[in-house]
Amino acid sequence: MNAEAGRVRSLLDFYVTRARTQIQVQFQYRAATYFWLIGMLAEPIVYLVVWTTIAEQQGGSVQGITTGEFAAYYIVWTLVRNMNIVFTPYGWEWRIREGQLSAALLRPLHPLHDDIAGFAGWKPVVIALWLPIAAALWVAFDPVLDPTLLEVGVFSLAIWGAYLIRTMFLSTLGMITFWTTRVSAIFELAIAVELLLSGRLVPLPLMPDWAEDVAAVLPFQWSFYFPIVALTGDLSRGELLGGLAAQLLWILALTGLTLLVWRFAIRRYSAVGN
Amino acid sequence: MATVRVLGLTKTFAVPEREAGLRAAAVSLFRRTTREVRAVDRISFEIGPGEVVGFLGPNGAGKTTTLKMLSGLLYPSSGEATVLGHVPSRRERDFLRQITFVMGNRNQLQWDLPALDSFELNRAIYRIPREDFTRLRDELIELLEIGDLVRKPVRQLSLGERMKVEIVGSLLHRPRVLFLDEPTIGLDVTMQKRIRSFVAEYNRRYDATVLLTSHYMADVEALCRRVIVIHHGEILFDGELARLGDRFAAWKTIAVDLDDGAGDFSAYGDVVERDAGRVKLRVPREETARVTARLLAEQEVQDLTVEDPPIEDVIEMVFAQEANER
Repeated sequence: MNAEAGRVRSLLDFYVTRARTQIQVQFQYRAATYFWLIGMLAEPIVYLVVWTTIAEQQGGSVQGITTGEFAAYYIVWTLVRNMNIVFTPYGWEWRIREGQLSAALLRPLHPLHDDIAGFAGWKPVVIALWLPIAAALWVAFDPVLDPTLLEVGVFSLAIWGAYLIRTMFLSTLGMITFWTTRVSAIFELAIAVELLLSGRLVPLPLMPDWAEDVAAVLPFQWSFYFPIVALTGDLSRGELLGGLAAQLLWILALTGLTLLVWRFAIRRYSAVGN
Repeated sequence: MATVRVLGLTKTFAVPEREAGLRAAAVSLFRRTTREVRAVDRISFEIGPGEVVGFLGPNGAGKTTTLKMLSGLLYPSSGEATVLGHVPSRRERDFLRQITFVMGNRNQLQWDLPALDSFELNRAIYRIPREDFTRLRDELIELLEIGDLVRKPVRQLSLGERMKVEIVGSLLHRPRVLFLDEPTIGLDVTMQKRIRSFVAEYNRRYDATVLLTSHYMADVEALCRRVIVIHHGEILFDGELARLGDRFAAWKTIAVDLDDGAGDFSAYGDVVERDAGRVKLRVPREETARVTARLLAEQEVQDLTVEDPPIEDVIEMVFAQEANER
């Protein structure tokens, strides 16, 4: 028991230290991060303008979603999108093809810990930089947002759940590089499916019923739609807590899958070039 | 008990192959040809605790592949290896905490941050108690005289400076086994010397086992009493560095100081150098004793020394012989 407690304490120490180093790196490149963040706004603003225009043409709402609710959805979207930026399959492809995984493999720690802690350290900087952007969007689009304390609490957890789900999903995808050398095409396909079935392009209730049915059995909505509506929607206490439970199940399932794939994949590592 | 034990270790890679050109590229879409390359071929050796062994061979001989298998980066195709009683390919945490693998041309530190921050990260990764960490870090920094470098972002360090901080970062967890792959590559002579003496000092202080590859014979001569020579994935020699010449050098050099060095010495062997009163002869190894006796009997010799050829020349001969035999 003591050994296990020591292990958890050490892991926590690693996460804090790794996140700190990442924050320091981000401080060095704060201007670049800011411009990158601003560049990312183009996507939700296009969606927001399109849906606001449609809503106004249809008398102020689309299937019950008002212009103010669209504004809230896409402003919160910007934060959720930044939260679920993770180490991509492109990164996996690079580290496997170029042999860059070697340094990570020599450490007595699974490389996934480094990815998770590193990107987690990136988030506080992004959130701090996002706040003034959110304020500007708030003034420009006049969102309707009146969350309860429970919704804020669930949202705070759900954005980290979203982060873990996407990390595990994209890591599994990235590990395909151990077999194929190039995974970009598969990644592009996965992103297209995610775009449609996650709530990233369109709030899920606006999708056809069949698409909603498909989305229900895939992990994507739990890394986009659920965190957004946890804060902006009108979910019951049961739906909110049930959503967190669903996220937890997806995290466990995808972590299991990631570790299983890793077990076989790592035997194929050729450490070329390093 | 041996620290490193290798028995029939083999690694093969399937390398895709095709002719150049669009036609061959199109054909390869339907018929993929691969060639099996045996990078390491049934090698066996043992290394004892505290030993420093030089692993020599030309490019592509299988040195780095062997080190990668011993450090757990690569799965062997067949054979066995244990390091400190662990099977490296299992990559157990307890094993990884006791080894380090320094690759001369690779950076394992945080590029944008001062090395001190990377050291701190290594403390957390290797679970080094804070007090031990601070003491050893300061000790290593002092030993390599890099106090002014560790506060600069790594990206602003020169190659040699980076190598020094890299080595400190790799040793903070006080590994018992060091795999050093070309640790002095690209460094100037002063820096090479510093790193050599540092490795020797680390080995002496902590009784660490070291397996070192280097193309600089000065590294090997300064650090290793024993060498393993590998070529085309096979071990050609495993023994004392001093015996390498006995095994592979076909000749020896006899340097003679004479009262009168003006005569003709070609009857004794090849005259490779001649100075006033000093002659250097190259003679076949098996002839050395006979030629020496003749010189002493027939000439007014003031001094005479018999030398093995420089180790670099011996290594060159080894690889040349091997290439000719293939």
